[in-house]
Amino acid sequence: MASEISQAIAAGILGGGVYALMAAGLTLIFGVLDIINVAQGIFVVLGAYLSYVLSVHLHLDLLLGLLITVPAMFVIGLVVYWLFIRPLRGAERTSMTLLACFAVALIIEGVLYREFGSGYVSLNAWYTTASVHLFDFYLADIYLIGFGLAVVAIVALYLILYRTTFGRAVRATMQNQVAARLIGIDVTRVSALTFAIGTAVTAIGGMVYGAISGGFTPNSGYDLISRLLAIVILAGMGSIGGALATAVLMTTVEALVDIWQPDWAVAVFYLAMVIILTVRPAGLFGRRAVRAQ
Amino acid sequence: MTSDRATGEAAGEQDTSRQPDVDPGRAAPATEPLITETRIAGQLRSRTPALAGLAVLIAVFALFPLVFTNPTVTTIAVVTLIFVAVASAWNLFSGFSGYLSLGHAVFYGTGAYFLVVAAKDWNLNGTAVFWLLPLAGAVAALLAVPLGLVALRVRRHTFVVITIAFFFIAQLSASNLTVTGGSSGLLAPVPNWAPATYNNPFYYVGLLLAVAAVALSVLIRRSRFGLQLRAIRDDEDRAAGLGVRAMPVKLGALVLSAFITGMAGGLWVYFIGQAVPQFVFDPLFDLAVVLMAFFGGLGTIAGPVLGALILEPTQQYLYLQQSNGYESEILFGALFLVVILFLPRGVLPTAGEWLTPARLGRLRAAWPGRRADRIAQPVQRSKPPAAGSTS
Repeated sequence: MASEISQAIAAGILGGGVYALMAAGLTLIFGVLDIINVAQGIFVVLGAYLSYVLSVHLHLDLLLGLLITVPAMFVIGLVVYWLFIRPLRGAERTSMTLLACFAVALIIEGVLYREFGSGYVSLNAWYTTASVHLFDFYLADIYLIGFGLAVVAIVALYLILYRTTFGRAVRATMQNQVAARLIGIDVTRVSALTFAIGTAVTAIGGMVYGAISGGFTPNSGYDLISRLLAIVILAGMGSIGGALATAVLMTTVEALVDIWQPDWAVAVFYLAMVIILTVRPAGLFGRRAVRAQ
Repeated sequence: MTSDRATGEAAGEQDTSRQPDVDPGRAAPATEPLITETRIAGQLRSRTPALAGLAVLIAVFALFPLVFTNPTVTTIAVVTLIFVAVASAWNLFSGFSGYLSLGHAVFYGTGAYFLVVAAKDWNLNGTAVFWLLPLAGAVAALLAVPLGLVALRVRRHTFVVITIAFFFIAQLSASNLTVTGGSSGLLAPVPNWAPATYNNPFYYVGLLLAVAAVALSVLIRRSRFGLQLRAIRDDEDRAAGLGVRAMPVKLGALVLSAFITGMAGGLWVYFIGQAVPQFVFDPLFDLAVVLMAFFGGLGTIAGPVLGALILEPTQQYLYLQQSNGYESEILFGALFLVVILFLPRGVLPTAGEWLTPARLGRLRAAWPGRRADRIAQPVQRSKPPAAGSTS
């Protein structure tokens, strides 16, 4: 029992790193563009399928494949932004962009069904089957690699946001879009790049998710997006640090509940969200108004 | 659009609230003249043709299954009527209040499961099952109270996301609880009606439900309650400052909407014969309803009806044409994007905008004035028609 619990905690924390990365992308997009990218879940699945194609057909190592899938997802993000998000303006923008993302998600899901069918596929490499012996339990190497990748990506994201001119422009846009425009920031360019970066991280997320989840289908996007939305709402929309902490916390709690109640473990996310929001509508780490409108 | 005008005539002070219907805030400079001339335009049109048209429409719908007896056609018709009811119900909450719900499948599914379980427990079959529909609606409405109390505390994105979360909780519960039969689901009672006219009872109950949903929307839209809802949509804080008790109003609209949606869910499950979690709680359902309302015109009376009448048969047709689900999924997503990008305010308001210049041409003959040109030019983002806009 004790080993089960410690294993659940380890898997929860390490697996939470990937969710933290995906949630960071989602909350970054929300913070800058003020839209909820409900397509984030299917982007992750798309990233996983891209890795799958590269590893099965080109026999490319999963980690090396990231060198291709990350730029590919970046470009996909740019295209989606340019075609479907940028033209939407005006008072109904909030709901319109959300629905547009939903529609994009549907199309991607349909295309994935068409190409790959509804069967489960999983990503395999030597490090998805090999495991390390930690204290009194075994853990697949991919958990450690995935966590490491997530940490690297999050640090890179942090450096971009806090150590570059572009990052300063992003943060200025998050704080006040009108003021950012007034001091000469090209808000459209910042938005496009932010959306693309937020999408690009799903390539890494998708690869790790595909390897640790034990199998995914085009339908997995719904499961992912519901967890990710719960994480960013719980954390408080637009709070990147909060999203990281909440992601790790929630996946750990889920892994623990999973020991006793495997069927209901996912409900932990939603229940926590409902409870927190009744007490604190702005979320755990959110301020009352994330962005003054 | 007819009902819009009627509202405007009924009470002068509603004219200002009509404005955001077209587009909130943007049309501000033209407010004064627009009101006056819209009212004139409204008064020039008599209400009798509209009422006669409505009577003809209802007669056509009532005679439809007697003329088209093909079971495939009537099956599509039944599902379409159910969606007319649901889209109207969704619109009377989300369209009027501006709180976009992506979780109406919760109420739909609750009504559906209640009907199946109750019919089984009480051994009901045949037409007796239809009497369970108001109860199914009541159960869904009851569920809407706690959900609304939690979700309506937050606005905009967060509200949308919470409704999505409720949807997933409902789906998860349905596949894990014993009362819902778990992931294998439950079978609804099968009435022993004659195969040739099997669909007709469902059709007429569906028609009744659809008419009731539309009538309720009209009543709400004309009432003080409807005004309060639209005030909340335009600016909730200001509405609250003016004395609108926002929470009871929003919750009331949600409960009414859930009531109709629950009844529709009950009728639907009785019609298709089984309740399985992934079909009863279907993310596509939520999206389809929203698309119908957006397609026709969010916040209008006729918009969601038109959206359902056009989109649901199309979707059913595509579904019947292709054995696989993904083709229709891709087409559906693409259609959604087209509507959002090119008809963001829906077919009806956009069409109204295009028709206004033509109508004003006649008006201007009797009422010469520079101002008429201003109305003729659509103030909104959507492009003016190529010809005949201001000449």
